[in-house]
Amino acid sequence: MTLVLDPRQLTAIRHHGEADYPAEACGLIGGAVEGDRKVALQLVPLANQRTDSARNRYLIDPMSFRRAQERLDRDGLEVIGVYHSHPDHPPAPSAFDREHAWPWLSYVIVGVGAGRAGDPKSWVLADDRGTFAEESITIEERKAVWQSPY
Amino acid sequence: MAVTVLIPTPLRSYVGGRDVLELEAGNVGELLEQLAGEHAGLKRHLFAEDGRLRSFVNVYVNDRDIRQLAQRDTPVKAGDTVSIIPSIAGGTAVHVGAQRAAPPLPKLSHEEILRYSRHLILPDVGVEGQKKLKAARVLLVGAGGLGSPAALYLAAAGVGTIGIVDFDVVDKTNLQRQVLHGTSTVGRPKLESANERIHDLNPNVRVEPFATRLTSQNALDIIRDFDIVADGTDNFPTRYLVNDACVLLGKPNVYGSIFRFEGQASVFYAKQGPCYRCLYSEPPPPGLVPSCAEGGVLGVLPGIIGSIQAMETIKLILGAGEPLIGRLVLFDALKLQFRELKLAKDPECPVCGTHPTITELIDYEAFCGIGAEPSYDGAEITAQDLKAEWDRSPDLLVIDVREPHEYEIANIDGAVLIPLAELPTRLGELDGHREIVTHCHHGARSLKALEILKAAGFSKVRSLRGGIDAWAVNVDPSLPRY
Repeated sequence: MTLVLDPRQLTAIRHHGEADYPAEACGLIGGAVEGDRKVALQLVPLANQRTDSARNRYLIDPMSFRRAQERLDRDGLEVIGVYHSHPDHPPAPSAFDREHAWPWLSYVIVGVGAGRAGDPKSWVLADDRGTFAEESITIEERKAVWQSPY
Repeated sequence: MAVTVLIPTPLRSYVGGRDVLELEAGNVGELLEQLAGEHAGLKRHLFAEDGRLRSFVNVYVNDRDIRQLAQRDTPVKAGDTVSIIPSIAGGTAVHVGAQRAAPPLPKLSHEEILRYSRHLILPDVGVEGQKKLKAARVLLVGAGGLGSPAALYLAAAGVGTIGIVDFDVVDKTNLQRQVLHGTSTVGRPKLESANERIHDLNPNVRVEPFATRLTSQNALDIIRDFDIVADGTDNFPTRYLVNDACVLLGKPNVYGSIFRFEGQASVFYAKQGPCYRCLYSEPPPPGLVPSCAEGGVLGVLPGIIGSIQAMETIKLILGAGEPLIGRLVLFDALKLQFRELKLAKDPECPVCGTHPTITELIDYEAFCGIGAEPSYDGAEITAQDLKAEWDRSPDLLVIDVREPHEYEIANIDGAVLIPLAELPTRLGELDGHREIVTHCHHGARSLKALEILKAAGFSKVRSLRGGIDAWAVNVDPSLPRY
């Protein structure tokens, strides 16, 4: 599978990471599966629920997930991935990310060093939960995407 | 008709791409087992190695989280909808900022391996769990009735560092329940007594003593360096202080309290559940709830509640089982009954709610209405002065406002027994022209009696300072003290 993102979505993920720096930013990626492509159509930026240690942890609680899922459902979309930022850390999954990961979803991570976001990378959990494999990101300009506030 | 199960996108590839399944089951546990049994790939994503549901897997029956219902025992029936809802968590590997990075776990010596062998063979503890206990730092606030069993069991279990805050001296009346201390240590600081007993029990344990009262000035500095606080205090200002400090520092507060034949226990951990203020936003009016010294307590009771506190502390350290977070256990010793109340986090809670108004420690004595008491200058009389005055004028009326069962233990010859609760209705028995002195056990209830009498128009009233206890010490040593 490859994750297909519009350049505006890539920018929105980077801006969200910078806006919430030094805290971790997070959100869901809504879209549709077309053959072996997961196409992102709508970003759902969410508030990081981990107010106690937001610099190195993020949490999307089940109620937020459910609300976002219902909203996407109305537009005929489904949750295909999650994005979050790593303030002052590289865009690679940590052991904590892996322990808490769901299969199949694309985990897009953007490193934000000293307030400036780098290029995001996408990762997918292996079936045996042992590793995260990097997934290719295909940048494709689409005619229209749902605009993210970022 | 069957139960409808909604499958989230990440799990659909394991169930043939479907988003809805129909299953027959009596409760959530059966349903999940059936699901994992029929779709082998699902199991490892839903359940951890120990068989428990993974922390980020949330199961809702219709619109309710099973954690708020009966967990896996939550019943389901035909027509119900069960949703598996992800929570998504993650983050960077290294702690940034103020939090301590977890140091590697300490090694166990041969002596420790032998000592803790019954722990090591328990799958839930094992070598790793025992090392976690050794690395743990637990603070006990108070080395009294609750702190005694907690300290003994935590030390025996191998908790590496036990901090104790206590400024008191061992008194003979403590020994009926405070099993950490002994007859040989009466008159010595409780910290010294505790230190000796703990070292005899387990020399591997480090005791960090704090010979002070916990105050708004020192609480954050003392608690900051510990992982878990066990609250064994006997008064409301300190209880609110411990709670608020734990919320502000993000520490779990293992709470216990006792009164006569009843006890309570819970774990207040604002990161994961309610705090003490969510349960009791305001303290009771001062004087309403008597302390152990005033109300009495069955000696075994703190043994039971303090042991629950030790057990919960150890579970938190090990990460084992279901902690008492969001639940309040009520114990009734006379009925030998445990009851459990579910506690919800109060979003309006002034300290752990969504918009906290308490963001630093406050004046807890004032908050609990203590310190604003009227001055009793001149309204009290010492035991020696009462003896002298009574000898000069035998017409003096001494009223004992204690309970009849206390009167039986010891009484002052010539005093009239009118229990405090009966006083307002028995004022007619009293001669307003006589000098009156009220007395009780230690001098607190007699001040309340004094106020009742003054309010009723009796002008010549005083209260015996220190109560019958002071009388036994200074006037009549033939009386037993209690």
